Amino acid sequence: MSTDAHGDHAGHHEDHGHGDAHGHGTLRDYVTGFILAAILTAIPFWLVMTDALGDNQLTALVIMGFAVAQVVVHMIYFLHMNARSEGGWTIMALIFTIVLVVIALTGSLWVMYHLNTNMMPMSPHDMSQMP
Amino acid sequence: MADTSLTMTQSGAPRFHLEEEHHHAEGGSTMLGFWIYLMSDCLIFAILFACYGVLGGNYAAGPSPRDLFDLPLVALNTTMLLFSSITYGFAMLAMEKGAIGRTQGWLAITGLFGAAFLGIELYEFAHLIHEGATPQRSAFLSSFFTLVGTHGLHVTFGIVWLVTLMVQVARRGLIPANRRRLMCLSLFWHFLDVIWIGVFTFVYLMGMLR
Repeated sequence: MSTDAHGDHAGHHEDHGHGDAHGHGTLRDYVTGFILAAILTAIPFWLVMTDALGDNQLTALVIMGFAVAQVVVHMIYFLHMNARSEGGWTIMALIFTIVLVVIALTGSLWVMYHLNTNMMPMSPHDMSQMP
Repeated sequence: MADTSLTMTQSGAPRFHLEEEHHHAEGGSTMLGFWIYLMSDCLIFAILFACYGVLGGNYAAGPSPRDLFDLPLVALNTTMLLFSSITYGFAMLAMEKGAIGRTQGWLAITGLFGAAFLGIELYEFAHLIHEGATPQRSAFLSSFFTLVGTHGLHVTFGIVWLVTLMVQVARRGLIPANRRRLMCLSLFWHFLDVIWIGVFTFVYLMGMLR
């Protein structure tokens, strides 16, 4: 336990203060990230442009999967996210934001979808009679 | 963490206080602060995405995504932004080595890729408006222009910032303040690329599937 704490401490001293804790990454990181991102971008475009899967709903699900994967690749290789930077505060802020984003997105889509489907149908003629 | 101390007030009640603040170097908390700004920016985009998700199907008998979007153009745009991301990465690597010339060179290339992205986007917008698909046409187009336009505006300000920093680096060199600023812009620039992943997936690709 004590050796662990010591190791952490030594590791922290290699950073020049808090500011640089974000890290810069290496050439290898950037190139790996770029190649992965290029592949993860090209496949969804190819899927949609050639309609390779033949089923729109399946294609939509697959390209959403690719988008999530690419966001993770960007986070790791370009934004250099890790659980340690700034003593874990960046990852905490990120998790908090993701929770808010998920609530906002699913909440809006869910509520508004039900609102739309449960609205009384209205013809253009009815609409023109509105005050 | 033994820097709290216990003193007695005049009435005899014990009181704890910090002996002294931790010493922070100038700008020591900038990166975390900037990250939190980016997260709040992320929320703005989340709301715009939600708005597009709700209104994106309301064409008001106007054009649908399938009629309007030109995927090869979007693919070209995506490529420009991705290239600008890696060239910014190269600028950061050059900065780490203290090579001012190479840093400036890569920054300039990044700016050009960013400008190419903006040029293509403006061309697309002009084309849409010319066809009568203006933001006033339908709820789908209003939310489309708001979402994609906000991203474009971010890229515009990113380029303004990039040019400002190039002038700063030219005048002052790679001093710690400039390094810190370049790292903030690095986060901003890569963050915009992350948002663009959402835009091309949810707006353009899934729009073509509707």
